[in-house]
Amino acid sequence: MIYLWAFLIGGLICALGQLLILKTNWTPARILVSFVVLGAIMQVCMIFEPLKKIAGAGVTTPITGFGAGLVKGTFENIDKYGFLGIFTGGLTAMSAGIAVAIVSGLVVGMIFKSRSK
Amino acid sequence: MNKQEYAEYIKKITPKSKIWSSLCRAFIVGGLICLLGEGLNALYHMWLPSYDQTQISALVSSTLIFFAAVLTGLGIYDKIGYFAGGGSIVPITGFSNSITSAAMEFRKEGIIFGTCANMFKIAGPVIVVGVAVAMLCGLGYFVVGLFL
Amino acid sequence: MSTLIFKQKPRIIGWYSVVGKKESEGPLGYTFSRIVKDEYFGEKTHEGSERKFFITAIQGAIQVAGVQPDIVFAGDLLNQIVSSSFAMRDIGLPYVGVYGACSTMALSLLTAATFLESGVIQTAVAVAGSHFATAERQYRTPLEFGNQRPPTAQWTVTGAGATVLSTKQKSRFAVTCGTIGRVVDYGVKDVNNMGAAMAPAAADTLMRHFKNTKTKPSDYDAIFSGDLGQIGEEALRDLLKEQGYDLGENYYDCGKLIYDASQKVDMGGSGCGCSAVTLNGFIMNKFRNGEYHKILFMATGALLSPTTSFQGESTPGIANAVVIEEVTE
Repeated sequence: MIYLWAFLIGGLICALGQLLILKTNWTPARILVSFVVLGAIMQVCMIFEPLKKIAGAGVTTPITGFGAGLVKGTFENIDKYGFLGIFTGGLTAMSAGIAVAIVSGLVVGMIFKSRSK
Repeated sequence: MNKQEYAEYIKKITPKSKIWSSLCRAFIVGGLICLLGEGLNALYHMWLPSYDQTQISALVSSTLIFFAAVLTGLGIYDKIGYFAGGGSIVPITGFSNSITSAAMEFRKEGIIFGTCANMFKIAGPVIVVGVAVAMLCGLGYFVVGLFL
Repeated sequence: MSTLIFKQKPRIIGWYSVVGKKESEGPLGYTFSRIVKDEYFGEKTHEGSERKFFITAIQGAIQVAGVQPDIVFAGDLLNQIVSSSFAMRDIGLPYVGVYGACSTMALSLLTAATFLESGVIQTAVAVAGSHFATAERQYRTPLEFGNQRPPTAQWTVTGAGATVLSTKQKSRFAVTCGTIGRVVDYGVKDVNNMGAAMAPAAADTLMRHFKNTKTKPSDYDAIFSGDLGQIGEEALRDLLKEQGYDLGENYYDCGKLIYDASQKVDMGGSGCGCSAVTLNGFIMNKFRNGEYHKILFMATGALLSPTTSFQGESTPGIANAVVIEEVTE
């Protein structure tokens, strides 16, 4: 059942992104940024966790998951370490994704040449 | 025609995107990427029973990011993107594609000033805004926590 | 008066066009002098490839003409027009760089013709070109980035075209007059809708040209605009209709001619190369075959830079028009 919800909710979030692209002429960078903010807001309003229980990767795979993860990590670290958590929490929680993105980008960028189709 | 009339005129003669078909494509491809994420999630849970959900989630996104980078290098991801639009931009794979494509494009200016300096040309704002918003929320959470 | 009349009638004694793979697969594919399937043209970078397109076009045209030119007039889209100047590093001839965005082919022709008219030189080459990959990088996103092109987008032509003009050599074809464009801005801010931004400038140039030369659209066998694309073409027709000119059946847009609808180029081709290769392929071949006797070639340019568009400025347009006709004497 979680697979069906992952597909449906994930697809809907992406379709919403596409709708924004078509209707607003926003650049992809702006779409990504707004979805990160959306994810953060969902996390703060406590609707992200319940959604995650239903749809799993359907909400964590879209970039909204990145925003939510940053906020979640920040809150957790504040609980653990107090004031310092405000600064350390977000990036600590998302460190794996960012590191893998940097390293794979670097390696792929060195191996492959860009081509026009 | 004055400027205002011209703007309205151009709006009228500009062909419209086929909204429904493009939304459907974004929905299907985006949904499939999420489905793949869910599948990986289950797979990792099976392989690594000692890991908790946070660690598994990190592994799943890392895997997706890695696959997207390789597909970008092979020149496949931009074809998926041409078909799916938001369907492959919004998932974490799109974030990876934006980093890798910039890294490839600017490789010709050298590794330091090309690849490294320009990698986050598109994805940079995502991290900057994400971290800033998270810190802002954290600050609020901290202050509220002081009074509770 | 901004319409230049060339009494010397500089003759067109040679032309050459070199294009990439996609252009060769389009409807005009058979008209080009040379086709290069490799987008890198054997070079390490796309910028190097664009340079090589320039070198190939210039050397090709000089070879066809069989005369050593005095000055080369060249321009392209890259910052500081590096493709032209770096190509000229290898050519070694005196060089004047010109910039008119995608209107460069007409601008370099007009500049060359003016130099020739003055009598200080006798042979000149006018050249312009562009490359899809270098333009994408400069104006838009990395090539491998997976986004969709908006329906109003145009596809930058990979290719370069060169024309050799002379007042010394004999030829049936001559540049007889031309109109220099004004910078016109109707406030179009959408950088993915260049056609709409350029159409008012094109209409302005055409109207002034018709008035100054006392001609009308039907006096020409054909009228070509550079790279207005589908929206720009429609807008130009309507803008001129408003002023009482009907462009009619013999008006074409190079951007619409060069690609087929099945090639996924949305509104059509664009870039300096678009009008340059169409002129030095399709159009001049028609002259040679006797199908054209007098045409109006108007290249259109959008004078923006990535900086201005990010700063929220609208896109100013320009259009330069050249009359090419068959002469008897």
